[in-house]
Amino acid sequence: MDLNAVLAHPFWGALIRIIIALGFLLSIVPFLIWWERRLLSWMQDRIGPSRVGPFGLLQTICDGVKLFFKEEIQPRGVDRFVWMIAPGIALFPAMTAYATIPWGPNLQLTPVANVNIGVLYVLAISSLGVYGIVLGGWASNNKYSLLGGLRSSAQLISYELAMGFSLGTVIIAAGSLELPKIVASQLEPFWGSVPWLHNWFILTPWGFIGGMIFLVSMVAETNRTPFDLPEAESELIAGFHTEYSSMKFAVFFMGEYAMMLVFSALFTVLFLGGWSPLPVNLTYLADHTSVAWLAGLLRFLESSWIAGFWFIGKLVGGISFYIWLRATLPRLRYDQLMALGWKGLMPLAILNLAAVSIWIAFGIVPGLIAAVAITVLFLLVTMGGLKKFEARSVTLLDEAVPLR
Amino acid sequence: MTSDLFVFWTLAVISVFTGVAVIATKSAIRSALALVVNFFILAMFYFLLGSQLLGIVQIFVYLGAIMVLFLFCIMLLRVGHAEQLTETGGLKLAGAGALSFAFLALLMSQVLEPVSRTANLPDPQSVHAGVSTVEAVGAGLFTRWAFPFEVTSVLLLVGIVGSILLAKRRV
Repeated sequence: MDLNAVLAHPFWGALIRIIIALGFLLSIVPFLIWWERRLLSWMQDRIGPSRVGPFGLLQTICDGVKLFFKEEIQPRGVDRFVWMIAPGIALFPAMTAYATIPWGPNLQLTPVANVNIGVLYVLAISSLGVYGIVLGGWASNNKYSLLGGLRSSAQLISYELAMGFSLGTVIIAAGSLELPKIVASQLEPFWGSVPWLHNWFILTPWGFIGGMIFLVSMVAETNRTPFDLPEAESELIAGFHTEYSSMKFAVFFMGEYAMMLVFSALFTVLFLGGWSPLPVNLTYLADHTSVAWLAGLLRFLESSWIAGFWFIGKLVGGISFYIWLRATLPRLRYDQLMALGWKGLMPLAILNLAAVSIWIAFGIVPGLIAAVAITVLFLLVTMGGLKKFEARSVTLLDEAVPLR
Repeated sequence: MTSDLFVFWTLAVISVFTGVAVIATKSAIRSALALVVNFFILAMFYFLLGSQLLGIVQIFVYLGAIMVLFLFCIMLLRVGHAEQLTETGGLKLAGAGALSFAFLALLMSQVLEPVSRTANLPDPQSVHAGVSTVEAVGAGLFTRWAFPFEVTSVLLLVGIVGSILLAKRRV
C-alpha cells in the first residue's frame, strides 16, 4: 500500500499523526525527569541518579514501578470523586495541547491538526491545566492543599495575560495564527534584507522582548521554580498534591513535565525558528559554495529528514533552561510574584504589542519612533515603580480588613 | 450514520447528562465542575459545526477565565452546605415544575419544526467555511461592527473601574 495514500487518508493519516505525537510525548517524559535530576545534580556539584542502567537512565522507570506498587493513602473527608479525577484532569490538557504544534516541515506527519487557530488552541487548552490543580487542592480536604490550589489559579490568570500579549506580537508580525505559517515566516531573510540569515523572531528587538515575556510567563504557567508557590514546601508542605500518593501523584508529576514540554515546543515554534537548525540559512550557503561535499552536508542539515531532531534538540534546550532556573533562583514572595506579573510583564507586553502594531500598520519608521518613545516611557515609569518596589515593606497582620 | 453524527450523539449525551448534573448535584463544586464539562462539550459542538474560532473562544473565555473564577470564589467562600440548597416547600416546587414545563413547551414549539427539516439542510462545515475564520471575524469586528465592539469595550472598562471602586472604597 502506498504510504502517501495512507497519510492523506482523513482517518488513518490522523491516527498516525496522533500516534507519533503522543508516542513522542509519552516516551520523552521519563528521559526528561532523569535529565532534570542529573543536570540539577551537576549544577549543585552532586552526582545524581547513576546506578540503574547506563548513566542511571532507567531510574525513572524504576520510580514509576515503585509508585505503581505503593500503597495509596486516601485521607478522611476527601471529596472522593473529584479527588480521583483531579490528576486525570491535570494530565488531559498536557496531552491535548500538543495537537497543533508542528515539529517538522512535512504537513502530512505534523501537526496532528493544522487548524487556522493553532496558537489560540494551545493557549486555550493549556489554560485548562489549572483545573486539575485547583480541584485536587480543594478535594484533598487539607487547608494547605486548598491554599496551593488557590494560589495556582490566581497565578495562572495573572500570567496568562502577559503571555497572551506577547503571543499577540508574534501573530501580528507573522500575520497568521497557524503555527506552520509562523515558522515559515521565520525562515524568510533576516529583517527582510539579509538572505543568508533566518528571521528567527528572538533575534528581532520586539521578538526578543516578547520572547523574554513568554519565557517568564511559561515558567509561571507550569508552576516551576521560581514561581512554584502552589507547592512551596517551606509554607504549604507540598501544596496541591500533599495528599496524593502512589499513581495519582505520578500522574500529576507527569502532567507537569508534559506541560513543560508543550510550552518549550511552543517557544521553539514561535521564537526559535521551529525546526531550522541555525539562524544561518544553510541552503543559501550551499547554493553559494563551490565545495561539493560541503554543499551536500549543508543541504542535508536543513533537509526535512532530520528537521525533527533539531526540534527535539531545541525542546531539550528549553527544558534545560527550566532546570537551570530551578538550580539558580530562589522562590519569589507572593506579592513579588503578583507585582512582576501585573506591573512588570503586563505593561511591557502591551507596549511591545503597540509598537509592533504601529510598525505593521504604518511602516518601519513610525514603528521605530514609537518603539523608542515607548521604551523611554516604560523606563521612566518603571524607574519610579522600582524605587517604590524596593522601599516597600510588607505588613502581613494589619492588611486584613473585615468586610462590611 | 456518518462519523459526524456519531460524534454529535456521543457529545450530546454527555452534554445533557452534565447539564442535569449542574442543577442536580448538591455540592457547589461538583455543579461547577459539571458546568465546566458542559461548556467544553459546547465548544466541541462549535468545532463540529466548522466554527473553530468560536469554539476556541468558548474554551478560552468560559473555561480558561470565568469558570476558574467561579471555582476560586466557591472555594474561598466555602460554599458547601447541602441542606441549605435543598428546596422543601411543596407549593414552590410545583410552581417551579409548571413554569419549567411551560418554558420547555415554548422552546420545543420553536425548535421541533426546524429540527424535523434538518435532513434538507446544507452541510454546516461548507456553510461556515469562510465565515468563521479569524480573518473574517476580525474584519467584521473592525469594519461593520466597529461601533458596537468599541462601545462594549467601554462597558467592560466601566465594569472594571466600578468593581475596583467597590472593593477599595477606603482608598
